[in-house]
Amino acid sequence: MQELVDHPTTEAQVELIRSGKSLRSEEMTINMGPQHPSTHGVFRVELVLDGEQVVDAIPHLGYLHRCFEKHTEAMTYPQVIPYCDRMDYLGAMNNDWGYALAVEQLMGVQVSEKVEYIRVIVGELNRIASHLVGGIGTYGLDVGAFTPFLYCFRDREIILNIFEKLCGARLLYNYVWVGGLSHDIYPTFLDEIESFCGQFRNTIREVNELLTGNKIFTTRTKKVGVITKEVAINYGISGPMLRASGVKWDIRRDDRYSIYDRFDFEIPIGNDNDGALIGDCYNRYWVRMREMEESLRIVEQAVRDCRKTPTLMQGDVQKDVPKRIKPASGEIYSRTETSKGELGFYIISANGTNPYRVKVRPPCFVNLSILPDATRGYYVADLIAIMGSFDFVMGEVDR
Amino acid sequence: MHQFLVDLFGQNVVPYIIVCALPLVFILVFALLAILGELKLSAFMQHRVGPMEAGPYGLLQPLADIIKLMQKESIRPLKASRWLFQIAPFLVFVGSFAAFAVIPFSPFYIAADLNVGVFYIIAVSSIVVIGIFMAGWASNNKYTLFGGIRSVAQIISYEIPGGFVVLAVVMMAGTLSMQGIIEQQGGGFWNWYIFGGPKAIATHSFITGHDIATPGSWLSLLLIPLMLLATLIYYVCGLAETNRVPFDLPEAESELVAGYNTEYSSMKYAIFYLAEYANMFVVCAIAVTLFLGGWHSPLPKFIVQYLGADSHIWLGLEGLFWFIMKSFVLVLVQILLRWTLPRLRVDQLMHLCWKIFLPVGFVLVIVVAAWITFVAPRPEPAAKAGGDVNTPKVVAPPVARPLAGK
Repeated sequence: MQELVDHPTTEAQVELIRSGKSLRSEEMTINMGPQHPSTHGVFRVELVLDGEQVVDAIPHLGYLHRCFEKHTEAMTYPQVIPYCDRMDYLGAMNNDWGYALAVEQLMGVQVSEKVEYIRVIVGELNRIASHLVGGIGTYGLDVGAFTPFLYCFRDREIILNIFEKLCGARLLYNYVWVGGLSHDIYPTFLDEIESFCGQFRNTIREVNELLTGNKIFTTRTKKVGVITKEVAINYGISGPMLRASGVKWDIRRDDRYSIYDRFDFEIPIGNDNDGALIGDCYNRYWVRMREMEESLRIVEQAVRDCRKTPTLMQGDVQKDVPKRIKPASGEIYSRTETSKGELGFYIISANGTNPYRVKVRPPCFVNLSILPDATRGYYVADLIAIMGSFDFVMGEVDR
Repeated sequence: MHQFLVDLFGQNVVPYIIVCALPLVFILVFALLAILGELKLSAFMQHRVGPMEAGPYGLLQPLADIIKLMQKESIRPLKASRWLFQIAPFLVFVGSFAAFAVIPFSPFYIAADLNVGVFYIIAVSSIVVIGIFMAGWASNNKYTLFGGIRSVAQIISYEIPGGFVVLAVVMMAGTLSMQGIIEQQGGGFWNWYIFGGPKAIATHSFITGHDIATPGSWLSLLLIPLMLLATLIYYVCGLAETNRVPFDLPEAESELVAGYNTEYSSMKYAIFYLAEYANMFVVCAIAVTLFLGGWHSPLPKFIVQYLGADSHIWLGLEGLFWFIMKSFVLVLVQILLRWTLPRLRVDQLMHLCWKIFLPVGFVLVIVVAAWITFVAPRPEPAAKAGGDVNTPKVVAPPVARPLAGK
């Protein structure tokens, strides 16, 4: 079990309270959610509280269950993609990409350079957009700061505008297709991304001033909800949460897909500077902050490459799209790094136009599984801060 | 003011009603302005335009909000404690409204210049806690109960350091009367208690030019940072008492949905809202009274006096102007803080109160007491403040006129 360091309540104290040997007080069961401002969707936690302290937090899932996996069996392969959008609706591009990549690997399709570059650009932009909402904006909201949330939304809006021009949708794109993309880029695509990159560092600076450097914010988040390296690995946690616990693991680097080997980027991990602890809420927030900068670097490099070789951006984005998507019998497990963590698709094909079975390994669901252990013994306010720092999207947890 | 009205009408009933109605009207107008200010300021801070539909530039938005709330159905949860649930919002409002009785808006307007004004205000503002807890308890909802408990713990805790700071000023002023405290601070902003008060300044021979020959007068310099700190502590305690960010734990929306007023709707909810804004103003008005010279202008004399107008009406109006302006600036800072800072946690809140503010408050009171005993000039009979309740003086006592010696 994890260690709760430097905190008023320890595991031992919780045990003491439960055993009834300490000052007798009654526990209160309180229902948080499914309609609650900070459960990020329809998520219900059954809280057992001793005063303000959490004795137990029992998550109840399934309010947003839409039978994604069963649905896929009745759909053709391309028809599944819009359903993927609706899993992690904050980072829909990366979901589409993960699914498309799995089917491509199943069929042995190799997409063109142009498609790869556009996929990297939109994928990383969408990662930034997702962090702006989930990891940074609403996290500020959870600890009570409203203004940074809207600063984040202002910049997310620019990304969404670019996507809207690109494929007509602002949230659920259906953009990355098996073997290609739904639309070609528009003429000013690269210019707009460059101008976004130019001003986005300013926003990062602003958010750093408002949140990262804020004394109240740091006291609320540092040393709260510590998840140690071992615990994180044992729970199968991935993505920024795992990296915040000090594990340098990123599928973009460690299990390379697409063209990520061409770009120079770092993998930020949690540190224990300035009174923070590796794996606490502050580190989970801070890893996401730095990850946005790294994504920005990747986008800048990709755009620079596109500028350098003008022939790169020519050609049809759908020339590799198979006329008939009907993979031979077989199975594939393919994983990608989305903004939330490792998104895996396990697809079994029975030589039909519909997949025989699609199993998703959703990062949010796995990350959320640590909630009861991570919150036990903390205050209710900490529970909100911890839950917010997980950055889960219920659409993906329940599917 | 009251005496004047009694003379005017020749009886007691109408003046009482007028004196009661004026603050009520003021609260309503202030709440509308403050809500609008909050909407527009937050919009400005967040790159939005804010409300734009109701009236020009959305200026009528607060009015529209109130009208909308009035039209709503007043819902009472089935299992709520009927009477407590109904009474609670009004009790909260009464607490903040009663405090207006001793708020000195101008030299000639104070509903009742009690000789225990400061004491009274601390007492009645505690009624708010009962109302809030009543609301939290009577709603029969665990979230509201949490909000109520947090609110009680927080407000009662913060009244203690806040009280100590007020005590320091009261000891220096030697009076509990609100008008009395303000009158001492006349004659320029350097006489305000935020800078140590008139007596502290008066002992600085190098500032005033005349030597009072008090031994250790340099010690009075110590009071300046100390009183600045006191003002800050009072202001922060005020934030905590009004449940404003970063101390808005009782209504922390991300934790407790809406805290103690979750179950309220319609006008009862509006009254909570109104009480919150009234309370904001009360806290700021007390800060202005105690530390920022009340209705005095920052200059040695009222501006209208420089212009040659010396009638009571002009002086009263300018006093009103300064008092409301100063209070508004403090309210503005509260609003700015609300849209800037995150929220503290329960234990951090208590830590700040009991382990930082309270010891500082203790030290403050002891230092001020020592200063009064050993350093401060002996009170001259002429400097005795408060005096006659019905004829408050506009001009500060002689000791508070540093420029006179030049």
